[in-house]
Amino acid sequence: MVTNITNFGRSGLSDWLVQRVSAVILALYTLFIVGYLLVHPGLDYATWSGLFGQTWMRIFSLLAFVSLSAHAWVGLWTVTTDYLKPTGIRVAVQTVIILAIFVFLVWGIQVLWGA
Amino acid sequence: MSTLQVSLYRYNPETDSAPYMEEFQVDTQGRDLMVLDVLHLVKEQDNGLAYRRSCREGVCGSDGMNMNGKNGLACITPLSDVVKKGKLTLRPLPGLPVIRDLVVDMGLFYQQYERIQPYLQNDTPAPAIERLQSPEDRDKLDGLYECILCACCSTSCPSFWWNPDKFVGPAGLLQAYRFLADSRDEATRERLEDLQDPFSVFRCRGIMNCVAVCPKGLNPTRAIGKIREMLLANAT
Repeated sequence: MVTNITNFGRSGLSDWLVQRVSAVILALYTLFIVGYLLVHPGLDYATWSGLFGQTWMRIFSLLAFVSLSAHAWVGLWTVTTDYLKPTGIRVAVQTVIILAIFVFLVWGIQVLWGA
Repeated sequence: MSTLQVSLYRYNPETDSAPYMEEFQVDTQGRDLMVLDVLHLVKEQDNGLAYRRSCREGVCGSDGMNMNGKNGLACITPLSDVVKKGKLTLRPLPGLPVIRDLVVDMGLFYQQYERIQPYLQNDTPAPAIERLQSPEDRDKLDGLYECILCACCSTSCPSFWWNPDKFVGPAGLLQAYRFLADSRDEATRERLEDLQDPFSVFRCRGIMNCVAVCPKGLNPTRAIGKIREMLLANAT
């Protein structure tokens, strides 16, 4: 077995499952947002804010953010292991990617909960 | 006289500092020769040309090479299948170190094959005659055991190009599933545990280059899907 320590789930099987489940969640979230924008052509701030004020929408959005983070981690980790062969550069880029994903996730939660 | 222009990848590490393409004119006398026959005609012009061949009928898997951009066996590929605009370009199998001309070092390919333990593992005492299988269980091995290890599939796979030391590759995985699917094999759990990391199986992105080039018409992508199903069933 090939060992790895910087991938998302420590196992290829769990990474693979996470990638597929998160893709389905992201697809549903995208369809919902696009659909919502289509049925609300003259969207104003109050309606938009009201949508995100509801508990189910907050759960759905947080689920989408977490899915996006996991999806990006698994996907970009794969890209770095394919194309970045020098270990030092690869570990550095992987660390930057993981930290960036963490920052964006916390930032997203703050946007969702802050206002 | 019908002339075929053959562009050949040449590299002799003892005399050449870098590989280069060399042009040959071959008289096919209008016949639809196999690519291997054309190589014989080229070798008559240049005796120094190196390539592997043995059975010349698609059974031994020695003469896998890249013909006009697509991997295949030179001995069973007719010119009418590959030649475009009267030109034939022959290169060694991509992604493996070149030893000389069209001869590649298959070491990495065989290492991955060895890693999946391509032999039956069964610790129960053998019966007096043989270990029997039901016809249904035997049918599960069809489409798996026929592989001749020519490496056409693995060397057309970008995932194998980037990580030949970690990703087993389509040929090895087809054989891995051949033993996972065998009702007589008792090492299923150990075999699966050895394949669940992010590289060995899961570096496959399902682009099916392997299926497109297999000279025996086998389907490694399907076998890889079956391995994933077994891994999932074993771990959830």
